[in-house]
Amino acid sequence: MKLTTKLLAATAICGAGAASATELEVMHWWTSGGEANAVSKFAEAWNAAGNTWVDGAIAGGGDTARPIMVSRIIGGDPPAAFQFNHGRQAEELVEAGMILDITDVSEQEGWADIITPSSLLDSCTYDGRVFCVPVNIHSWQWMWLSNGAYEAAGVDVPTTWTEYVETADAVREAGIVPLAMGGQSWQQNGSFGVMALALAGQDAWLAVNQDKDSEVVMGPEYTRVFEAFGAARELSDGLNVQDWNQATAAVINDTAAAQIMGDWAQGEFALAGEVAGEDYSCLPGLGEVALLDTGGDAFFFPVTGDPEIEAAQKELAALMLSPEVQVSFNSAKGSLPVRPDVDLTTVNECTQKGLDLLAEGSTVPSGNQLLSPDTTTQLNDLMTEFWESPSMTPAEVQEQYAAIIADAD
Amino acid sequence: MASIDTDARSRAGRRPNRLFKNMNAKLASLPMMFTALVVFLGGTIWTITYSFTSSGLLPRLEWAGLEQYARLWSSRKWLVSIENLAIYGFLSLILTLVIAFILAALLDRKIRGEDTFRTIFLYPFALSFIVTGLVWQWILNPQFGVQDVVRDLGWTNFNFDPLNNPEIVLYGLLIAGLWQGTGLIMCIMLAGLRGIDEDIWKATRVDGIGTVKTYLVVIIPMMRPVFVTSLVLIGSGIVKLYDLVVAQTSGGPGISSEVPAKYVMTSMFGGQNLGQGFAASTMMMLSVIIILIPWAYLEFGGRKRG
Repeated sequence: MKLTTKLLAATAICGAGAASATELEVMHWWTSGGEANAVSKFAEAWNAAGNTWVDGAIAGGGDTARPIMVSRIIGGDPPAAFQFNHGRQAEELVEAGMILDITDVSEQEGWADIITPSSLLDSCTYDGRVFCVPVNIHSWQWMWLSNGAYEAAGVDVPTTWTEYVETADAVREAGIVPLAMGGQSWQQNGSFGVMALALAGQDAWLAVNQDKDSEVVMGPEYTRVFEAFGAARELSDGLNVQDWNQATAAVINDTAAAQIMGDWAQGEFALAGEVAGEDYSCLPGLGEVALLDTGGDAFFFPVTGDPEIEAAQKELAALMLSPEVQVSFNSAKGSLPVRPDVDLTTVNECTQKGLDLLAEGSTVPSGNQLLSPDTTTQLNDLMTEFWESPSMTPAEVQEQYAAIIADAD
Repeated sequence: MASIDTDARSRAGRRPNRLFKNMNAKLASLPMMFTALVVFLGGTIWTITYSFTSSGLLPRLEWAGLEQYARLWSSRKWLVSIENLAIYGFLSLILTLVIAFILAALLDRKIRGEDTFRTIFLYPFALSFIVTGLVWQWILNPQFGVQDVVRDLGWTNFNFDPLNNPEIVLYGLLIAGLWQGTGLIMCIMLAGLRGIDEDIWKATRVDGIGTVKTYLVVIIPMMRPVFVTSLVLIGSGIVKLYDLVVAQTSGGPGISSEVPAKYVMTSMFGGQNLGQGFAASTMMMLSVIIILIPWAYLEFGGRKRG
């Protein structure tokens, strides 16, 4: 422990020495109100240490921002740090030797012991070396239900997917759309992933997403999922929205009863002044299989060849995982911290459920960690086509899904 | 310029090397020739080469043969994209030409306030496709747009929701595309119409040919170069159709309004699969070449010799 402290101090001194002249440009795509607020926590902590944070925010989400970052990096003008989702998105940049190896920081700070679940650090590790800092955890496996809508329909708020489907008719009769689903492909494919994990169970889900076993896709467990997904398609008739937050808004103002969406949706409920347990309910794992995936964001540090910048990059990496910054950042972002030894400032019923599941270790790797972006894009296209063409049967989509999984790398 | 002309004439007897004729003009166009060779030709060859590799996020020379093409042509999304572009292209071409010509002909009848109308028709062209797409997304939105207005007027059963119906979503795009594009073509046609000699009109009037028939039989054939220009402008607009789709429908509902250019962008940057994107863009270029070369040959090559 003493050695660690000394080393830490040494890094801090080195960092501080370099800092007076070091400006680090950090690129990210956090531009909505809550997200920008969260980034400012990083910037404040960094500036407080005597450095300068140059904010390189790119509006338009990850699909817009990633190509810009990549072209900056391969064009020889890399930012000092950039955000990706943890998982396989940066695989090739690491292979090409363009990302700074921060294994030494990881060892000094003992990341292997503090980062929970450990799969987060694993997905930053390529050939035994660490290349990124996971900063938060977001999980997909949530269903958000409107208590008001169920009251209007005169039924109890369901606690499982089975109950939810049973009460859907009563909800429909009350003039409420049972399921809110946005029109973008990632939402439809994401919801399918959530249903697959909840209805087919962990083993089948991992066999498909981790081992790419296309026979399991054709098997009985997944057949049930595809049929349930086909039924869900009908439950969403009557509500045409595009963005996920518009779908969440429909749940908030009780025109829709439920939405399957990741925990980032909770920020919208909070913004609308709704209270968990009173105005809305949440079901992790659709109330069937309570498992959370551990997606989220990670920071990478491109190789610059400048030792001063390199020292500052490593200092920033350590800072992002420091307990204070983890608390302030994740409280603002609405995500869960990657280290279990810190307490968030505000925790409601749903966040607590999430924290409990993380503490129990009821987690699975996220889709981004298991599937390449190429496969994800193909699945997105397939599921959105299915969702929007009523003539396409679950059996057809099942076959095509199996074909994509069979080809996946 | 005059000195060069006399120079050239004085040397004409010595049969000067054709390469050095019009030296100034050739020097001036060197940068453009260089750009064309390196950027366009070089870029094209580079893209085609890498379309035969398994490049992911970064271009890598790992040969994959025709794998990318096989996957491309077995992808439902690509087939839907092509079909969409064909339908959109055909309708857009015909409708733009017809509407623009009719508008131009009407303006050409020396109506009052021609300037005002011309400005109104041309104005949408000053907007970017992203703005056009968003504006029409709102206009066609069933809750605030056309459908709502008509229902408020009393027709409560009126249904008009093209952007959420996979069967007719293309027509929603087409409306926006026409709204933006016809103005420019109309101006070009109007310029063409103004270039027609007054005497032609006098002659047809003497011969007792009706106005509409004069347009169809006499004027349109005389405006052939104008139509060719318009055709090239509309055609290139169709092939690169991308931003309108992104802004208005983002390819949806489902994949029913996908277009090839969007397929290229999604696979290159969303899917981190450069090889697939290059294969798709090579196919796009190939189809343009197949249409363009015979036509350019007939249009420009034939006349030079004739």
